[in-house]
Amino acid sequence: MKQYKTELVAQKKIAAFIFEVVVYHEKIDERFQPGQFVHVKVTSGSDPLLRRPISICHVDPEKHLLTMIYRAEGKGTRMLSEMVPGVEVDLLGPLGNGFPIESPKRGDTALLVGGGIGVPPLYYLSRELTKRGVYVKHVNGFQTGSAVFYEEEFKAFGPVTVTTVDGSYGEAGFVTAQLDDSADYLFACGPSPMLRALESYPAKKGVYLSLEQRMGCGIGACLACVCHVQGDETGLDYRKVCSDGPVFQAGEVVL
Amino acid sequence: MSRLRIQLPGLDLKNPIMPASGCFGFGREYSQFYKLDQLGAIMVKATTNEPRFGNPTPRVAETTSGMLNAIGLQNPGLDHVMNHELPWLETFDVPIIANVAGSTIEDYVAVAKRISTAPNVHALELNISCPNVKEGGLAFGTVPETAYEVTKAVKEVARVPVYVKLSPNVTDIVQMAKVVEKAGADGLTMINTLLGMRIDLKTGKPILANGAGGLSGPAIKPVSIRMIHQVSQQVAIPIIGMGGVQSAEDVVEYFLAGASAVAVGTANFVDPMTCPTIIDALPAMLDEMGVGHISELTGRSWKTEWNLQSSSH
Repeated sequence: MKQYKTELVAQKKIAAFIFEVVVYHEKIDERFQPGQFVHVKVTSGSDPLLRRPISICHVDPEKHLLTMIYRAEGKGTRMLSEMVPGVEVDLLGPLGNGFPIESPKRGDTALLVGGGIGVPPLYYLSRELTKRGVYVKHVNGFQTGSAVFYEEEFKAFGPVTVTTVDGSYGEAGFVTAQLDDSADYLFACGPSPMLRALESYPAKKGVYLSLEQRMGCGIGACLACVCHVQGDETGLDYRKVCSDGPVFQAGEVVL
Repeated sequence: MSRLRIQLPGLDLKNPIMPASGCFGFGREYSQFYKLDQLGAIMVKATTNEPRFGNPTPRVAETTSGMLNAIGLQNPGLDHVMNHELPWLETFDVPIIANVAGSTIEDYVAVAKRISTAPNVHALELNISCPNVKEGGLAFGTVPETAYEVTKAVKEVARVPVYVKLSPNVTDIVQMAKVVEKAGADGLTMINTLLGMRIDLKTGKPILANGAGGLSGPAIKPVSIRMIHQVSQQVAIPIIGMGGVQSAEDVVEYFLAGASAVAVGTANFVDPMTCPTIIDALPAMLDEMGVGHISELTGRSWKTEWNLQSSSH
């Protein structure tokens, strides 16, 4: 975990309110893993004060490039979306524990399910799993057609099903209606109701879910993002989403 | 670094900069960024007799130049702090200020009695001002009689000096300061967070699960400066100032108001290197002001004889 003054090298809008930003720093390398996140400072001033946790969408360890995809909906992410190539972006990272990319073996099937702004970290995951000979399938859900992104990019790794809640693009409805039961692993990132619905997916080898939570420090010190542990009768046991997660095995924490 | 060295009851500080309680855990996370030995002291997370889970999430909400939190004193409890956290902190050459919290006077006494026996705990910070717990917390810090009682009770058992953390959520901060001074407090830390709330425009409900929370960050600095300016003129015990400290300039302002040391809270979340950055920047600030030792700045906003130009240093 380190603090880096990176350089913004590219930024573009890729869907409604959705931006893709690429930053460079010589220390961005293979230590940045799928499912981890970075904590981004969007201004040198004090409004907004806190950093923004943004998932890692892709890393090119040779070129030392980090790609993030985020939704510009609040003040901080809107300010980030206005930053142009050449400016410095202050990052903390890589933070948290990502998806267990070493677990699936060559020939295993992995089903990757993303919801909205939970889709980006699955891109890097899909790429890494494919490299290891894992067969990947994707179901990516969005609210509406104008919010859909990276459909072609995911297709490079395996079949993609896109769903929209309003039915304006792809399959109508939620991602959960598009799942088959054949995968060895399920990896998911998205809103809590979606993760709860996926918790009991009958994967033969493992279900891993990436959680979202409001964060303060992002490094485990402030205890803002805690969640209860399943089966803990004392009510005192907890995990921190920022530093113990954001990826947990299904059944570990209360969603 | 001698021009930054500060002596306070129980505390021989290499410099007057320390992370504030609740904003630094027990230092483990920040030790990944820098050597904790650089700090003047560490005010560790509030400790209660029994472990506490704290409040439901969401526990933080952002505000203009500040943040609201309602963590609810989550901590692993006295046993764990004594057996694991404080011994780990002993690997660093830095005095610890243990923040003591409770729901009853007996709780405060039990924690204070035992935690003050830890070899690296050089002072206690009595937390009678946490706005995020139903019983204890703020109730102790806003009623003069109970603030007096709990301070006195803790003073009787503590083996190290006791600093009382004052709440800004009172009508008369000077009265509260005088009351705890009379009860035997060796120093004050001020201020704790201001009670606040934010409403989510989408749901129409408060963002924090707890409803209200404690406001911290740069937004509260003027409130703290005003209160320290008032209180420091009315008490004889030293004040550790806090609230929105982000820079060496902020530290100097706190000293001018009447503080003798300064704690950094929310800024640690914004930039984990805030404390060492401030410590590095302070000597140049003193040079710029023509000041030899940082302690010369304490209270100079109300000490009429002060004249920067004619400073003897």
